[in-house]
Amino acid sequence: MDTEILSRIQFGFTIAFHYIYPPLSIGLGLILVIMEGMYLKTGNKIYEDMTRFWIKIFALIFGLGVATGIIMEFEFGTNWATYSKYVGDIFGSALAAEGIFAFALESGFLGILLFGWNRVSSKVHFFSTLMVFLGSMFSAVWIVVANSWQQTPSGFHIVGEGLNARAEITDFWAMVFNPSSMERLLHVWVGAFLAGAFLVMSVSAYYMLKNRHLEIAKPSFRIALLVAVIFSLAQLFTGHTSAEGVAKNQPAKLAAMEGHFDTAAVADMYLFGWVNKKTQTTTGIKIPGGLSFLLHQDFKTPVTGLNAFKPEDRPSQVNSIFQFYHLMVAIGMALIGLSLYAGWQWKRGRLFEKKWLMHLFVWAVLLPQIANQAGWFAAEMGRQPWVVYGLLRTSDALSKNVKAEQVLTSLILFTLVYATLFVLFLYLLNKKIKHGPVLHTIEENKISENSRRENPLMNQ
Amino acid sequence: MFLGLDYNTWWFLVFGAVISGYAILDGFDLGAGALHLFLKKETSRRIALNAIGPVWDGNEVWLVIGGGALFAGFPVAYAAVFSAFYLPAMIFLIGLIWRAVAIEFRSKEPGKMWRLTWDIVYSFACIVVTLSLGLMLGNVAMGLPLNEEKEFTGSMLTFFNPFSIMVAVTTLALFMTHGAIYLAMKTENRLYTKLTILAKNFNIFFLLCFGLTTLYTLLYIPHLSDRIKSNPAYFVFPAIMLLAIANIPRQLKKGNYRFAFVSSSVTIASLLIAVAVEVFPNLLLASNDAANSITIQNAASSPKTMKTLLIIALVGTPLVAVYTSFVFWTFKGKVKLDEMSY
Ligand code: HDD
Ligand code: HEM
Ligand code: HEM
Repeated sequence: MDTEILSRIQFGFTIAFHYIYPPLSIGLGLILVIMEGMYLKTGNKIYEDMTRFWIKIFALIFGLGVATGIIMEFEFGTNWATYSKYVGDIFGSALAAEGIFAFALESGFLGILLFGWNRVSSKVHFFSTLMVFLGSMFSAVWIVVANSWQQTPSGFHIVGEGLNARAEITDFWAMVFNPSSMERLLHVWVGAFLAGAFLVMSVSAYYMLKNRHLEIAKPSFRIALLVAVIFSLAQLFTGHTSAEGVAKNQPAKLAAMEGHFDTAAVADMYLFGWVNKKTQTTTGIKIPGGLSFLLHQDFKTPVTGLNAFKPEDRPSQVNSIFQFYHLMVAIGMALIGLSLYAGWQWKRGRLFEKKWLMHLFVWAVLLPQIANQAGWFAAEMGRQPWVVYGLLRTSDALSKNVKAEQVLTSLILFTLVYATLFVLFLYLLNKKIKHGPVLHTIEENKISENSRRENPLMNQ
Repeated sequence: MFLGLDYNTWWFLVFGAVISGYAILDGFDLGAGALHLFLKKETSRRIALNAIGPVWDGNEVWLVIGGGALFAGFPVAYAAVFSAFYLPAMIFLIGLIWRAVAIEFRSKEPGKMWRLTWDIVYSFACIVVTLSLGLMLGNVAMGLPLNEEKEFTGSMLTFFNPFSIMVAVTTLALFMTHGAIYLAMKTENRLYTKLTILAKNFNIFFLLCFGLTTLYTLLYIPHLSDRIKSNPAYFVFPAIMLLAIANIPRQLKKGNYRFAFVSSSVTIASLLIAVAVEVFPNLLLASNDAANSITIQNAASSPKTMKTLLIIALVGTPLVAVYTSFVFWTFKGKVKLDEMSY
C-alpha cells in the first residue's frame, strides 16, 4: 500500500474514533445545562443528584474526546504537509480560533464543572456547566467551518503555482460563511444533540428495566425525550437544506449519494439500493423522479449525473457513498418515528410501562452514533478525489518526505492504542452505569444542611 | 507593521509566548506525573493527581493553541516540522493520550493492581512526553537537513544526536523540579516534607544536566551562542536565566515554594527565549544549507491573515487569562480530597 492510501485510512480512522466522543459531550452538555437549570429553578434535590451522576459520565466521555482530539490537530502537519501549506492561511485561522475561543473556555471551566461542586456556589457551578457546553458548541463551529471551506471554498485567491500554490484569504467573513458552513454546522449540532439525548434515554431505560434508580431515571428520560422529539424533527430540515446545498455546490457528490449516472435522465430517490459502477446502474426500491422533485419541485427535470464529470474528477467509491448516505437518512427517519411514538405514549401516561419500548431505547443509543459516522463518511468520501473541492487533489496533498513504512507503523500503533482505549472506555462506562447515581436526597436526613455543601466525604 | 514591528515578528512573539505558557503550565503537570512513582502511598498519589486534576486539561490547551498558532501564522513551518518529526511527534501524541486516559481511568476502580498499572502508565507517559518534547526542541535548536522544497531529508537517526538527547534529559530534570515544587505548594504534612526533599534532589540533577548541556553547546554548537556573544545587549537573557536558576535552590532552602515556583517558571521561559533569540528569524534552520532554512518571512501566511490572527489573539488572550485565573483561584490552597476527587 502506498503512503496516500495509508494516510487516508489513518486520517479516517483517527477522526472517526475522535468523533465518537464530541457529539456525546456536546449533546450531554446540553442536557446537563437543562438538568442543572431545573435544579436552580426548582431547588429540587433530585435534579442535583441527576446532574452529578451525568457529570461523572460526561467526565469519562470528555476525557477520551480530549485525548483523541490532540492527535487530529497535528495530523494535518504530519501526514498532509502539502495540504497544510496550501490551506494554512485559511484553515490555520479557524484552528487557532478554535483553540483560543472554544477549547480554552471548555477545558478551563471543565475543572470547575468536575471538581468545583463544593468550592463554588450553585450559580457559579451552573455558569461553568453552561460555559463548558458553549465551549463545545464553539469547537464544532470552527472545525466545521474549516471542513466546509474545503468542501465549498470561498473568500480566497490562489497565489503561486504548481507545488507552491496556496490559497490566501481575501475576505475573512466570506471564508467563515462559505456556502455550506452554516447548514452543515446546524446539521452537525443537531446530530450531536441527538447522540446525547439517546445516550441519556438508553441508560435511563436500562434502569427502568432493572427497576432501579427510578427517581433519577424517569425525569432524565423525560428531559432527553423532549430534546429528541424536537431535534429529530429538526434534523430532517437541516439535512434537507444540506442536500440542497450539495446539489448546488457539489453536484458530483449528490449524484454519487443517489447513484445517479445519466445527466439526461430524471433522477430517482431510493429507499434502499445497490449501485453497480461497472454497468452504471442502480437497483432498489425507489420513488421515480423523487430526487428531481426534491430539487426542482418537478418529477420531470433531469439532474446532473456522474457521467457529466471526467472519471478523474468524480468520486470512485459510489456504492459506499450511496450506502452511507442512505443509512444516515434511514436512521434519521427511525429516530423521528421512535421519538414521536415515545412522546405519544408519554402523553398517554404509558411510556414507562412498555417493556419492549424500553428495550428498544437501550439499544437505540447506537443509532445516532452510526448516523453521525455515516454522514461524515458520505460527506468526506463524496468530496474525493479532492481534498479542497475542485482545487487540490488528495494525491497531491501528502507529506512528501514521509514514507509508507512510517505511516504503517503509526497506523498500527493507533489501531492498538485505540482498540485498547475503546475496550476500557466501554468497560468503565458500563461500570459507571451499573453503579448508578448516588442519592443525596436520602442522606440529607442524616447530615445537616450546612455540612452537606461542605462535603461529608471530605476525609475519606 | 504594528508598533514598529512587522506582523510576522509579532506573530513569532505570540507563538513564542504561547509555547512558553505551555511549557510552564503543562511543565508542572508533566513533572508531577514524571515523579509520580516516587510517591509511595495511595493517598499521596491521589493528592498529587488531584493537585493537577482541575487544571491539567486547561494547561494542555496551550499546546493546542500553539499548534493552531503555528499552522495559521507559519503554515510552511507547521508542515515541515511535523512531517519531519513524524515518529517522535506520534510518540509524543500517543504519550499525551495515555497521560489523559490514565488520569481519568485510575480512580474508576479500587483494585490495587488496577491502580498500580495506571500509575505506571501515567508516569511513563509523562516521562515519554517530556523527553520527546525536549528531543524536538533540541533538534529545532540544532537545525535539520532540509531540501529546497523545505522538506526534511534526514532519517530517524538524525534526531538522536548527543545535543538533543542532553536537552531532552535536561528538560525532564527541569520539569520534575518544577512539578515537585508545584506539588509542594499544594500539599501539607508528611507528603509536603517528602516533596521538598524530592524538589531539592531533582534540582541538583537539573543543575548537573544544565551545566553539561551548556558546556557542550559552547564548545560544539557555536551557532547557538553567536548572537548573544556578538551583542552585549542580549546578555540580559542569559543573565535573567542564571539568576532564576540560582534562585531556585535559594528559595527551596528558605522553604518559600511560591517564589521557587516563580523561579522555575522563569527558568523554563528564559531557556526558550535563549533558543528563540539565537534562531530568530529562522523557525527551522537548515543544517545542510542555510539558504533552505524556514524563516518567519518565507513560511508566513498572508499579511491579511496575520492581521486577522493578531486580532483573534488580542481579543482571545485576555479572555483566556481571565478564566484561567478564575479556575486557579477557585482551586487555590492545599488539596483536599472529596467525593468528586480522583
Ligand atoms: C477540517 C477538516 C476536517 C474535518 C472537521 C473532518 N475531516 Fe474528514 N478529512 C479531512 C478533513 C476533515 C482531510 C484532511 O481533508 C481528509 C484527509 C484526506 C482527504 O481526502 O480528506 C479527510 C478524510 C476523511 C476520510 C477519508 C475519506 C477517503 O479517503 O475516502 C474519512 C472517512 C473522514 N475524513 C471522516 C471524517 C469524520 C468521521 C469526521 C468527523 C469528525 C471528519 N472527517 C471531519
Ligand atoms: C480534523 C478535525 C478536528 C481536529 C483537528 C480536532 C481537534 C481537537 C482537539 C485538539 C481536541 C482536544 C482539546 C482539549 O485539549 O481540550 C478536541 C476535542 C474536541 N473536539 Fe475535536 N477536532 C476535530 C474534529 C472535531 C469535530 C468535527 C467536532 C464536532 C463537531 C469536534 C468537537 C470537539 C469537542 C466538543 C472536543 C472537546 C472534547 C470532547 O467534547 O470530547 N472535533 N478536538
Ligand atoms: C433525516 C434525514 C437526513 C438527511 C436528508 C440528511 C442529509 C445530509 C446530507 C445531504 C449530508 C451531506 C452534506 C455535505 O456533504 O455537505 C449530511 C451529512 C451529515 N449528516 Fe445527515 N441527514 C439526515 C439525517 C441525519 C441524522 C439523523 C444524523 C445524526 C444523528 C446526521 C448526521 C450527519 C453528519 C454528522 C453529517 C456530516 C457533516 C456534514 O456534512 O454536515 N444526519 N446529511
